Amino acid sequence: MSSNKVTAAPPTGRRRRFSQLTKRDKIVLWVMVGIPTFLHVVLVWIPAILTGILSFMRWDNIRPVSTAELVGFRNYWEIFTIFDNQLFPALFNNLILMVWLFLCSAIGVLLAYLLDKNIKGTRFYQSVYYFPVVLSMAVVGFIWKSVMFNRDSGLLNILWPGKPVDFVGDQSKLFEIHLPLLDFPLGLSKNFAALLIAMAWRHIGYVMVLYLAGLKSFDPALREAAAIDGCNEWQTFRSVVFPGLKPINVVVAVITVIEALRAYDIVAALSEPRGTEVMGTLVTNSLMGEGGGYAGRGSAFGMVLFLLCIGFIIWYVINNFRERVT
Amino acid sequence: MSGHASVNSVGDSRLKRFLVQAVLGTIAVAWLVPMVAALLSSFRYFERDTQVNGVFSWPKALTLDNYREAWRVGSIWGHFGKTMFIVIPSLFLILLLSSMVAYACSRYSWKFNVFFLVLFTAGNLMPQQVIFQPLFRIFKNTPWPDILSDTDTGSLLGTKVAVILIHVAFQTGFCTFVLSNYMKTIPKEIGEAAMVDGASVWRQYRQIILPLCRPAFAALATLEFTWLYNDFFWGAVLLNQGAERPITSSIAVLNGQYASNYNLIAAASMMIALPTLAVYLALQKHFISGLTLGANKG
Repeated sequence: MSSNKVTAAPPTGRRRRFSQLTKRDKIVLWVMVGIPTFLHVVLVWIPAILTGILSFMRWDNIRPVSTAELVGFRNYWEIFTIFDNQLFPALFNNLILMVWLFLCSAIGVLLAYLLDKNIKGTRFYQSVYYFPVVLSMAVVGFIWKSVMFNRDSGLLNILWPGKPVDFVGDQSKLFEIHLPLLDFPLGLSKNFAALLIAMAWRHIGYVMVLYLAGLKSFDPALREAAAIDGCNEWQTFRSVVFPGLKPINVVVAVITVIEALRAYDIVAALSEPRGTEVMGTLVTNSLMGEGGGYAGRGSAFGMVLFLLCIGFIIWYVINNFRERVT
Repeated sequence: MSGHASVNSVGDSRLKRFLVQAVLGTIAVAWLVPMVAALLSSFRYFERDTQVNGVFSWPKALTLDNYREAWRVGSIWGHFGKTMFIVIPSLFLILLLSSMVAYACSRYSWKFNVFFLVLFTAGNLMPQQVIFQPLFRIFKNTPWPDILSDTDTGSLLGTKVAVILIHVAFQTGFCTFVLSNYMKTIPKEIGEAAMVDGASVWRQYRQIILPLCRPAFAALATLEFTWLYNDFFWGAVLLNQGAERPITSSIAVLNGQYASNYNLIAAASMMIALPTLAVYLALQKHFISGLTLGANKG
């Protein structure tokens, strides 16, 4: 699809040049771009830069900002040594979430592929798989907590063999790994595993819809050519269809990574059961509420999250705008 | 499309089709179970029914009591009004501002086209937690007349205007990206003809480009509506009084008070989910094209 666009697009310079406009039109254009950009920069980019600066400072978040003092990398040193029992479990949960959401994305791709086969009821299936996406993460959390996971009468507890399981409260680990430099084990707690299931419910449909649209607009001639060349279904998918959907692959990869790193709502809405901490809740809690008052350390946590995201953001932006730049 | 279908159906035996249906059907049932179970339990008595008989029992009587109670205690209607007070102005401003940037960057070539698009797209992907602390301060130090808000601090912090502003700043990124892709598909000759007729830049935007972008606006509006309505973070962080928070937070309040009455919480969940589900079912086509406009790069 995008390749069609590129070949159909007029050669560069055929759009109206800015310099050919009248003075009044130029001012109008500057205002049209200026107001939204001002708002966006002041409320998104400047705070991000300020967080970066704050992460090198010590400040109690109450007294005037002028009392903040520069402490170099001290906050970073602290979060990686003294508070490593907060940082690493949260990071580990984000990592597990990312791996998990990638698995879910693969299921989403599979569902889209099956739905693309012109079978009966495609529209119905599509609606059913997709509807959790329109629900708030907070609502998703509570539906699962009160109906599926509930200790006494939850559906999963009735199907589960043996004693009732406290899905949302049980913080014992499903597995643990010991890393050489940490004096505590990292692991996947049972209640976080329960949250993973609720998140999968929402993520799979999202990916499915994106891929289905891509598959629908995929050039059938390419598939036919592959079939004539003797490719079986899997080979066709792997070497023709999947690479051909690169724009969508990129979007899905970014959505998956960013969703995994930004996860906050569902954990916070369930009042952060122990064992389910993620970077999002860690940053928020060290900046406000009872754990607040350590603006520098909270910002350092925030910058760790930011650095993890920015790599993917840059990759995405390069993938999207490369053809326009060249 | 038909060629596509025939390629697939030639190789597919009947058994294979049956298997596909079986797999898709099973997953669909699994997908519906949590929602249907929540819906059912929201209509059941808690103390004399589910608690005694369990969820798998056949309900002896159905009731609307849970809805009444949740409606009252969670003050759903009040929260709904407050949420709309945030969502509707945000939605309008997001579409207005992003269409202006998209117009300027996609219909005219100047040095900073790509820079602006990158700025907005990357900003939209920024984790909210990274920016909220300084943002908190910025809002706190911005004077705002109390007459225009329901706080008495004289600053923007804690007002719905603050939430609207951050929604607009954030979501403009995504919409700019989608709209600029959409506007590129509008033939440039239209603009040139208007230019020859002496139409100004603003007039072209207002009378030619905006009406042509209606499908993209419809798609983005449905999508953004659910995103803004479902927001949990900004409402919880910027509006510190519980009563002022948007509807998604009210369920957390209920959870605090009725932690064990799951039927009540199920009823509240259903009421909170209803507006977005209704929008989705009514405007499914727009909803999906909104997502794919962003993904397919126009």
